[in-house]
Amino acid sequence: MSASPAIRSQIDGRNPADLSAPVRIAVKDLNFYYGSFHGLKNINLDFRDRQVTALIGPSGCGKSTLLRTFNRIYSLYPEQRAEGQILLDGQNVLDSKVDLNELRSRIGMVFQKPTPFPMSIYDNVAFGLRLYERLPKAELDVRVEESLRKAALWDEVKDKLKQSGMGLSGGQQQRLCIARTVAQRPEVILFDEPTSALDPISTGRIEELIEQLRSEFTIVIVTHNMQQAARISQFTAFMYLGELIEFDATTKIFMNPAKRQTQDYITGRFG
Amino acid sequence: MTALTQQIALARESGTAPRIAPSRMGDRLFQGAAYGSALLVLLVLAGILGSIVYGAWPAFAEFGFGFLTSSAWNIGTEQFGALPAIIGTVAAALLALLIGVPISLGIAVYLTQLCPGWARKPVAMTIELLASVPSIIYGMWGLFVFAPLFARFVQVPVSNVVEGLPIVGTILYARIPSGVGVLTAGIILAIMIVPFVASITRDMLDQIPTVLRESAYGIGCTTWEVVRHVLVPQASVSIIGAIMLGLGRALGETMAVTFVIGNANRLSASIFDPGSTIASRIANEFNEADGLQLSSLMALGCLLFIITFIVLIVARLLVRRVKVA
Repeated sequence: MSASPAIRSQIDGRNPADLSAPVRIAVKDLNFYYGSFHGLKNINLDFRDRQVTALIGPSGCGKSTLLRTFNRIYSLYPEQRAEGQILLDGQNVLDSKVDLNELRSRIGMVFQKPTPFPMSIYDNVAFGLRLYERLPKAELDVRVEESLRKAALWDEVKDKLKQSGMGLSGGQQQRLCIARTVAQRPEVILFDEPTSALDPISTGRIEELIEQLRSEFTIVIVTHNMQQAARISQFTAFMYLGELIEFDATTKIFMNPAKRQTQDYITGRFG
Repeated sequence: MTALTQQIALARESGTAPRIAPSRMGDRLFQGAAYGSALLVLLVLAGILGSIVYGAWPAFAEFGFGFLTSSAWNIGTEQFGALPAIIGTVAAALLALLIGVPISLGIAVYLTQLCPGWARKPVAMTIELLASVPSIIYGMWGLFVFAPLFARFVQVPVSNVVEGLPIVGTILYARIPSGVGVLTAGIILAIMIVPFVASITRDMLDQIPTVLRESAYGIGCTTWEVVRHVLVPQASVSIIGAIMLGLGRALGETMAVTFVIGNANRLSASIFDPGSTIASRIANEFNEADGLQLSSLMALGCLLFIITFIVLIVARLLVRRVKVA
């Protein structure tokens, strides 16, 4: 038995999983601990270049935890630690010698809630750029416009770049955050339930945007919404209680899952 | 859904229990009491202001606008002016902010961002304890312990170094290195306002959502960049409020300042020299003042009122400007 018709109808035949795409992030024997709690257990998973990989599973299954290991944002909290390897283009990001700030400019992250910084729309985008590149004003302007265009926000804000980013609507704020991330030209973009605080229309725009961004970036998205996973991803990983239960092409996961637990989850029997 | 509406309709029709209209009496009493309380505050404020202005009137009538610009304070000839006290008040309070605000922000940032979990509570408690020390203790400590040390290890060496230099040679030169003076008062005031400003700022930084902080780190900011460009601007309205609260306290603080400022009615360009503030002048002389001297003190009180009022207005304007931007 496969997923409900509602979910199956979302699966997009136009963008099949590309199994020949090179592996961008390779997770090897990853274990994660919150103090003494074992949050992730022996995760092994590959994320392919310019593909959207969705992480699904019930609350507390470790999907956000996994996402947060890639840019080591968890290291803000001293009681959290990760063991194992996460290879980004062959380099282990869990290595203590890795420069965290540089790593985070290579792996961008978009959060559950829009997080515009308390500055103008222009500066919100330029801020991240200025951290790593010294650009002349004219070039900075070009990069800001380019990023806002990629985030499908340019037309709405081009006349009010000097206004505060806090004045935008929720959906616009989230696209501003995407523009800010895109501006740094990262290799990978992590989305942590990016639409959970947004209305359906804004959600639709963000999903379209993720679809477009796939041509340039490797994308990992955590989502509670199975239809969303079916709509926008090429690969899906199903996690449960800190373990990776099944990982495959999205079509396979939703149409013909190999494991019983995956099937129960996608058919809505638990979670 | 329909079942529910039907049930409600049935209950209405059966309507056995007659409804009792809620009592109006209690509501009116409550309204009156709340109204009265609010009015009382206004009345008390108006009463205090009125009586001070009334008491100060002879001095204003006698000296006019010159009261603000004169630096005389001569009890024998009954010549009084407020300038040294106004300048002393403002100078001591500004010095206190200059010293206290950066330290307070540092404490707040340390407590919210850098401090290991186990040390948070003790450090925060110590700071709150500082806030509960009575001001007379600060005054005593300032006069008997701090001032002599300050004279020996700061005033004398600094005066020796800067003597004869332009500008700094004036501002930082102690003619009589006694330890007491405007800067000493500023330092003591800074110690007194730090706990307030620090704990309010800490609370405000704590209230910033974790995702905002994480997303700033997430684009590769260092801790300094996160604090400087994201957290502090995000909390800026509240931080300005906290600073203004500290300024208000510094302007009006009496006891500690009276101990350490030296109580000289003198205009001096040096912050090492003794001076006086409005509050310290009033505290020093109120006991044996009468006649024109008393009403001059009342007039000083009026001016302090006005200065704090101006601070309040400026704070409001600043907060509004930040909100708009």
